[in-house]
Amino acid sequence: MLEKLQDLVNADAWLVQRGRFVDTRFLLEAGERQHLVAIHAGRIESVTAGPFVMPRWTFALRAPEEAWRRFWLPLPPPGFNDILAMVKSRSLRIEGDPHVLMANLLYFKDVLACLRGKVQ
Amino acid sequence: MSAPANTGAGTAPHFEPVVGRYLHVELLGKPHRLYVEESGQGIPLVCLHTAGSDSRQYRALQNDPEILEHFRVVAFDLPWHGKSSPPAGWHTHEYRLTSADYVATVRGVCAALRLDRPAVMGCSIGGRIVLHLALDHAREFRALIGLQSGAHVDPYYDLQWLHRPDVHGGEVCAGIVSGLIGPAAPAADRWETLWHYMQGGPGVFKGDLYFYKIDGDIRDRVAGIDTQACPLYLLSGEYDYSCQPEDTRALERSIAGAKAVIMPGIGHFPMSENPQGFLAHLRPVLAEILSR
Repeated sequence: MLEKLQDLVNADAWLVQRGRFVDTRFLLEAGERQHLVAIHAGRIESVTAGPFVMPRWTFALRAPEEAWRRFWLPLPPPGFNDILAMVKSRSLRIEGDPHVLMANLLYFKDVLACLRGKVQ
Repeated sequence: MSAPANTGAGTAPHFEPVVGRYLHVELLGKPHRLYVEESGQGIPLVCLHTAGSDSRQYRALQNDPEILEHFRVVAFDLPWHGKSSPPAGWHTHEYRLTSADYVATVRGVCAALRLDRPAVMGCSIGGRIVLHLALDHAREFRALIGLQSGAHVDPYYDLQWLHRPDVHGGEVCAGIVSGLIGPAAPAADRWETLWHYMQGGPGVFKGDLYFYKIDGDIRDRVAGIDTQACPLYLLSGEYDYSCQPEDTRALERSIAGAKAVIMPGIGHFPMSENPQGFLAHLRPVLAEILSR
């Protein structure tokens, strides 16, 4: 599901530049499926598919698979066009320490939006 | 609003019809210096910007020839916002907008400008305050227009993130609101809208949200709005998840005579994120106000 994320983000030089102070690893959970995304200096170093025994991450984004499916539609419906929209509707939970997420919020939103129209 | 190509020597400068000036006015017992923009002539139409932004949000309305023919469009920056200064002594306490202060500011500016029963249009916090005006001061106004109006919004993120020294305030404020813009927004207007948020002073957006999310909750009072005393129009964008279409529909159901329109593809900042899409919905409202 998230395999394309690394190439899509790293091919976007301006997006990488905007994330140049980001060094983190976050968990993206879509229903039963989990991925760890490692970022260094704005570039995605790895996307690792779970399941994991003892995953380490700074923050986690957890939503049902159906919520992410709608989020990644080319034209997402109202309530699924943004991670905060999904937080408001209680379909997305943000866990852990969100400092790096909040300090680079536009960057992370655009990282996630890279997959819009690119995943089934 | 597009500028004709300026070909250089011999070409007159292309100025908008909008004129900005600084108004000195006493508000809440303190002298204030507020930035006010005006264009057009006719019925005064006072425009109130959203939390953490400024009057540039109304740039398209302020330049629309059809509207300017019949309306004197007045947009001012609230204290702390845009080119309005905070009052002296601002550095000694946290900024927090309250319902009472906001009502006093809007009425104070209208009085200082000697506006005769203006129409007032506000978005988000401005959409909320027009409900307060409708409840308590309806006869002072010709019409009230609430954009993204709801009686209450539940907090859905920790407001502390908006004002702390280890997170850039401009970047996080724009990041918080970026998803509130609808998918139909042209890119230039989307990013102009976000730029205004990036320019807000430290803690100002957060201070405005004190009114929006805590102090300004009037769910238990809105049914008392008398639209016979002053008509109330509600226009809300389909993609707004802060004030959701259902919040506006709930207002419409509980206020006899209120008229609501849900605007497809549009989000929380209709006049700024998608000016032409918004104006198509606003024109019939203005025509009705004009014909009254």
